[in-house]
Amino acid sequence: MEHLELFLKSIFIDNMVFATFLGMCSYLAVSKKVSTAVGLGAAVIFVLAITVPLNWLLDQYLLQPGALTWLGAEYADYDLSFLSFIMFIATIATMVQLVEIVVEKFSPSLYNSLGIFLPLIAVNCAILGGSLFMQSREIPSLALATTYGVGSGIGWFLAILSIAAIREKIRYSNVPPALRGLGITFIITGLMAIGFMSFGGMLTGDNEPEVKKGTTVQEGDKEPPQVQLENNDSNNNTVVLKDDLGMANTSKVNE
Amino acid sequence: MGLLSKKDAKLITDPLADNNPITIQVLGICSALAITAQLKASIVMAISVMAVLGIGNVVISLMRNIIPSKIRIIVQLVVVAALVIIVDQVLKAFSYELSKTLSVFVGLIITNCIIMGRFEAFALANGPWRSFLDGIGNAAGYGVILIIVGFFRELLGSGTLLGFPVLGDPIEKTGLYAIGYENNGFMLLSPMALIVVGIIIWVQRTKNKELIED
Repeated sequence: MEHLELFLKSIFIDNMVFATFLGMCSYLAVSKKVSTAVGLGAAVIFVLAITVPLNWLLDQYLLQPGALTWLGAEYADYDLSFLSFIMFIATIATMVQLVEIVVEKFSPSLYNSLGIFLPLIAVNCAILGGSLFMQSREIPSLALATTYGVGSGIGWFLAILSIAAIREKIRYSNVPPALRGLGITFIITGLMAIGFMSFGGMLTGDNEPEVKKGTTVQEGDKEPPQVQLENNDSNNNTVVLKDDLGMANTSKVNE
Repeated sequence: MGLLSKKDAKLITDPLADNNPITIQVLGICSALAITAQLKASIVMAISVMAVLGIGNVVISLMRNIIPSKIRIIVQLVVVAALVIIVDQVLKAFSYELSKTLSVFVGLIITNCIIMGRFEAFALANGPWRSFLDGIGNAAGYGVILIIVGFFRELLGSGTLLGFPVLGDPIEKTGLYAIGYENNGFMLLSPMALIVVGIIIWVQRTKNKELIED
């Protein structure tokens, strides 16, 4: 259940493109044709599914404050979290190279369709963003981290697939000259993002029992939405949204 | 421009308008959109990117003859990552609140396409001084868009600029609010950033017909 919830959440509610704007550069650059969009999207799912769990392990056993305890008691105070950017990006860059070599060796046909996109992916914000959000949201287990990686990959895939399809169609429409190409793509993405916001209410039912627990301890019911805020941090926009939802939940309970 | 030759000055002024990294080259969109709900965050982000891109361009330019071309992407990533860690630590030390707001997006400067794009396109082929100017110019072009978007989103969305109420008090009904003005909370939501950038592109291309695609 936990897995399903996180999976759906990372595909629809926290969609990488529409909620956090990750991987926008390649999203805009490679979405002119559906076929190339599918190739890049598949590569993103693939790489996210590998790097997010891997970086979870790194974070858990190397980078977090106190993560080095397994080496011995004297290492318990070490906090290497400032190294996480460089470790994450190094992991991603090496994994991408490794995947490229392995795929080339074992499946030339897959390499032909995915291969050209793999180097692009090392510098795709969606990949690093996946790992960084995994870290800041404190995902508790390796299995959940994998679910999160695959889910956000699929969300990204969905986004690039739909914009590519729309862009193929829009070529036949009479768009104002100055908006053609990039401009209209931005505005359509904005409208799609508004559409995706409607998924925001999808999982709120599950939060309600938690809030109810909070009410018995009274005053504590102010806490759950705030915790959510901090986990979501960064994006002011989702903060506003979550705040509204949180308030909506509490007010329901109060009635 | 006594200090800079005409060619060097062009390196800085070009990216501000006709070769803008965001609206023309389509680089570095991710962070541009995500953090622009407040003007302050936009300004800090612009300065951080400027520092990283200016210094990074110089470092890469100095090393351009000793980097083997096969592993250059990894070398570039390591240079950026090191610089971004410094920026992140400085932000955490001097303005913790803001670094909380920016959170993940400071880290994402590493994969900001502007940086890799300028390393590849400019710093690998030019000397350190010109690379530095190119870095500053492009970061400024990026910053200008960020600040425009941040300005409109904060002004229309919450009626403040840099946190100061400029349109009056919405609760006490002073200033503009006295005659029935309301904040457009929609401007604070993420989709509006995309639409604002879309409008900027529209305005820019209407003014300069040469930039129109197709």
